[in-house]
Amino acid sequence: MRNKFTTLISTAVPLPLENIDTDQIIPARFLKATTREGFGENLFRDWRYDSAGNPKADFVMNSPIYGGEILVAGKNFGCGSSREHAAWAIDGAGFRVVVSSFFADIFRNNALNNGLLPVTVSEKMLSSIFTAVKSNPKTELKIDLEAQTIEILGTSDKESFDIAPYKKQCLMNGYDDVDYLVSIREQIATFEKK
Amino acid sequence: MNTLFDKIWDAHTVEKIDGSCVLYIDRQYIHEVTSPQAFAGLRQRGIGVFRPAQVTASPDHNIPTLNQHLPIVDPQSAEQVATLERNCAENGITIFPIGSPRNGIIHVVGPQTGLTQPGMTIVCGDSHTSTHGALGCIAFGIGTSEVEMALASQCILQSKPKSMRINVEGELRQGVCSKDIILYIISKIGTGGGTGHFVEFAGSAIRSLSMEARMTICNMSIEMGARGGMIAPDQTTFDYLKGREFAPQGAEWDAAVERWGKLCSDADAVFDKEITFDAADIEPMITYGTNPGMGVAVTGEIPSGMDLDAASQVSFRKSLDYMGFQAGDKMLGKKVDYVFVGSCTNGRIEDLRAFASLVKGRKKAEGVTAWIVPGSKEVERLAIEEGLRDILEAAGFELRQPGCSACLAMNEDKIPAGKYCVATSNRNFEGRQGPDARTMLAGPLVAAAAAITGVVTDPRELM
Repeated sequence: MRNKFTTLISTAVPLPLENIDTDQIIPARFLKATTREGFGENLFRDWRYDSAGNPKADFVMNSPIYGGEILVAGKNFGCGSSREHAAWAIDGAGFRVVVSSFFADIFRNNALNNGLLPVTVSEKMLSSIFTAVKSNPKTELKIDLEAQTIEILGTSDKESFDIAPYKKQCLMNGYDDVDYLVSIREQIATFEKK
Repeated sequence: MNTLFDKIWDAHTVEKIDGSCVLYIDRQYIHEVTSPQAFAGLRQRGIGVFRPAQVTASPDHNIPTLNQHLPIVDPQSAEQVATLERNCAENGITIFPIGSPRNGIIHVVGPQTGLTQPGMTIVCGDSHTSTHGALGCIAFGIGTSEVEMALASQCILQSKPKSMRINVEGELRQGVCSKDIILYIISKIGTGGGTGHFVEFAGSAIRSLSMEARMTICNMSIEMGARGGMIAPDQTTFDYLKGREFAPQGAEWDAAVERWGKLCSDADAVFDKEITFDAADIEPMITYGTNPGMGVAVTGEIPSGMDLDAASQVSFRKSLDYMGFQAGDKMLGKKVDYVFVGSCTNGRIEDLRAFASLVKGRKKAEGVTAWIVPGSKEVERLAIEEGLRDILEAAGFELRQPGCSACLAMNEDKIPAGKYCVATSNRNFEGRQGPDARTMLAGPLVAAAAAITGVVTDPRELM
């Protein structure tokens, strides 16, 4: 069983760059662990810290102004390597939602399999979120998974988002795909004989 | 009116639930980096591997490419490789250990041993699993949770991607190789141009390619965001597979070829997206930025980026800053410090032959460090047997031992900060080859020309 996701209201961390690849999210040299824990501290490692390990003041995660459980990024977020460590790192750093105008396929699956919700919005909505958060970092976003909506609180900006019905049920109930697949092993064995 | 992709996908669908498919997996490949957490998950649940005979392992990502007979120095890498060996032993999974004749990058090993066959579904916790699609199968990269699903049930839950066909028609120009084709396509449609889709590559230029050249194309389909890429099997496929260790033999071979011969998209199949390119428009390519879509002809200039929207221009400028390049710069003559030949994209024997053909009788440029890394132990063996190693050594190059190496720099093979590397691998992301390293992606001929001259050079000048 994973954590259940229903509704989240939070401020957001804006990262208005496009094509953020999984090598930026978690560089390959940090993939040597054999457990799922501890990746959060190396999230965006080379943007966040200099080579001596000191925080770079110009990176948004090091800014005292921005914070929250929602990461907002430019289009094609999570492209590149299939490393699930990217989802573990984002989750490990305390984020529960990533918002972008589109996600790379493997990253989206990896996020969903870890209870991290990828929310795909229109370019217009993405731009509105960046503008709102920039002008007031205390701006809160509300994500309602049941209703499949995202809104900028205090404004009329609200949009619905898509999610596969099966994945939505998994997130809302904390279900796990492995448990399900193991439960139908007999059916799979029958399929093999065809 | 079905596509090749539809036919294989539908034949492997066990059931559909709420828009997701339970997809049966014929073959699963695993390596040391993305599998340990999956095995740990199985142990936690108290279940074993469902079909161990359909799983094959090869350590490749973080292994050294020198002195493989010695213990791995880096303790974390050593622990990951030992964990893979232990997990395979405990679960009855075949592993090709470091230094053994079948070891290598799993995407080179699969086709080369005949484990990869037309009509199959194949997954691996690595995005370049798309390589195997060159043999006419559905092969794609997955995350570790999905690795665990496949180990637990030989199935994964997956939404069916949309279909896309990319045709390349006509005859390729002299000096243009398959890496140039795929870099050209990605430069045209962008790194998100295939997202949500599974691509079939077709057309006379694709048909004319060797099996290994086709693998380079399918390998990089992920770099346009596609779920995977595939090419319908034909005589080239069958000739390549015949006699390989794990390919069907005797009467079984004949039956398999008969079955595989039917694997193609119907003439009236409709794709969700279809694009056609003219092979004659493609020149030797190189990238100038920090994603594989930022490519130009080696004789070309870095574009201004002015046609991009405001949001994209921010990323474009950040990318050129990282590379230390300016819009409008010519690529020819750009200084090169390192050359890396290898990876699942261009680490096969044909790539080493192409590289050797150009450096033969010439000398490596002073000041260039070159790493020539075979994709597998078998590629290394062939390179020695065919005399390629002698040619390389005479020209001042060294043939290393197989592994993923400087493609992602998990082992010691890292490009130093600020240095420029022409690489035959697949990604030029920031820091991909080491923190602050600057990567220019190209094919083996452009890499050879750079290694000899020390600057970005049109290989046709040396042919």
